[in-house]
Amino acid sequence: MKKQKYAILLKTAFIKTLPVMAGYLVLGMGFGILLQDKGYGPLWAFGMSVTMFAGSMQYVAVDLLASGASLISAAIMTLMVNARHLFYGISMIDRYKGAGRKKPYLMFALTDETYSLICSEKVPEGANPHLFYFMISLLDQCYWVIGSTLGAVLGSLITFSTAGVDFAMTALFVSIFTEQWLSTRQHTPALIGVLATLACLILFGADRFLIPAMLVILTALCTLRPHIERNAAAETEEQQDGR
Amino acid sequence: MAGNALHAILLIAVMAIVTALLRCLPFFLFGGKRKTSPFIAYLGKYLPYAMMGMLLIYCYKGVSLTHAPFGAPELLAGLLVVLLHIWKRNSLLSIGLGTVCYMLLIQFVF
Repeated sequence: MKKQKYAILLKTAFIKTLPVMAGYLVLGMGFGILLQDKGYGPLWAFGMSVTMFAGSMQYVAVDLLASGASLISAAIMTLMVNARHLFYGISMIDRYKGAGRKKPYLMFALTDETYSLICSEKVPEGANPHLFYFMISLLDQCYWVIGSTLGAVLGSLITFSTAGVDFAMTALFVSIFTEQWLSTRQHTPALIGVLATLACLILFGADRFLIPAMLVILTALCTLRPHIERNAAAETEEQQDGR
Repeated sequence: MAGNALHAILLIAVMAIVTALLRCLPFFLFGGKRKTSPFIAYLGKYLPYAMMGMLLIYCYKGVSLTHAPFGAPELLAGLLVVLLHIWKRNSLLSIGLGTVCYMLLIQFVF
C-alpha cells in the first residue's frame, strides 16, 4: 500500500518536472559538449553536475577551467552568477521547515527550475510535502546529470535537428509567471521583479545586471511593504465577504 | 588540461562549495528552530513573485531587439504560452505547444 502511494507521488512529480526534463537534457548536453571540446570528458561533466548542479554557472565554469582561472576569481565569479540563490533560500525557509534528513539535499538542489516548480506546485492531497519536494529536486538533478554526461560522451557526433527545445525552460518560467499573475490580484511584487530587472539589464548590460536587480528588488519590496501588505489584507477581506 | 587536473578539481570544488553556501546560507541565518521573523516571512511570501519576474527577463537577456529577427521567435512563442495559459491554465500544454511553436519558428520561419 505504502509502495503504491510512493509510486503515485513519484508519477505526479515526474509529470510536473517534464518541462524541466526537456530543458535540462538539452542544456545539459550543450554543457557536456562544450566541456569535452575543452578536453574534459564525461567523468568531469558527471562530477561537475553532481557536485555543482548549477546550470548557468557550469557554462561559465567551462571557460574558467579552460583558461586555468585562479581559485579566488572562480569563487568571486560563482558569487556573482549565483547570488540569486540567496533569495530562493529565503523564500523556502518555512516550506522546508521540518524536512528532517531530506533538508540538506533540498537546500543543495535549489536551482532556478526546482525553485520555480516548488513555488508553484501544490502538493497532492495527503502526501508528505517534503517527500514531494525531494522527488522533484532529485528528478531534476538526474535529468541534468544524464544530459551533461551524455553530451560529453557523444560530443560533436550529434548535430541537433532539435534546435530550440531549450525554449522549454523559458516557456516554463513564462507559464509560472502567468499562473502566479492569475492567482492573485496583488501584482506589485511581480511588477517589481520584471521592471527592476529590465531596468538593470538596460543599465548594466547582459553580463552584470543580476546583482543590481536583486538589490533593487529587495529595496523595492522593503519600501513598498506597507502598500503590499495593505493590499493583501484587502484581498483576503474581499474573498471572505464574497462567501 | 593535462597536468592541470588537480587545479581543475580544486576549481570545481571551490565553485561547488560557493554555490552550496549561497543556497544554504539563508537557512542557517534565518532557519533555526525559532519562529520565522515577520520580515523574513513577508519576503518568503512575496519574493517568489518578484523572482519569477526576474527569471523571465533573465531568459530573454540574450534576445537582440536591434538585429533581425528582433527577438520575434522568442516573443511570439512567449506570447503563445501566456495566451494558452490564460485560456486553459494547463502548464504542460502551454509549455509544450510554446516550445514546439518556437522550434518551428526558428527552424522554418526565421
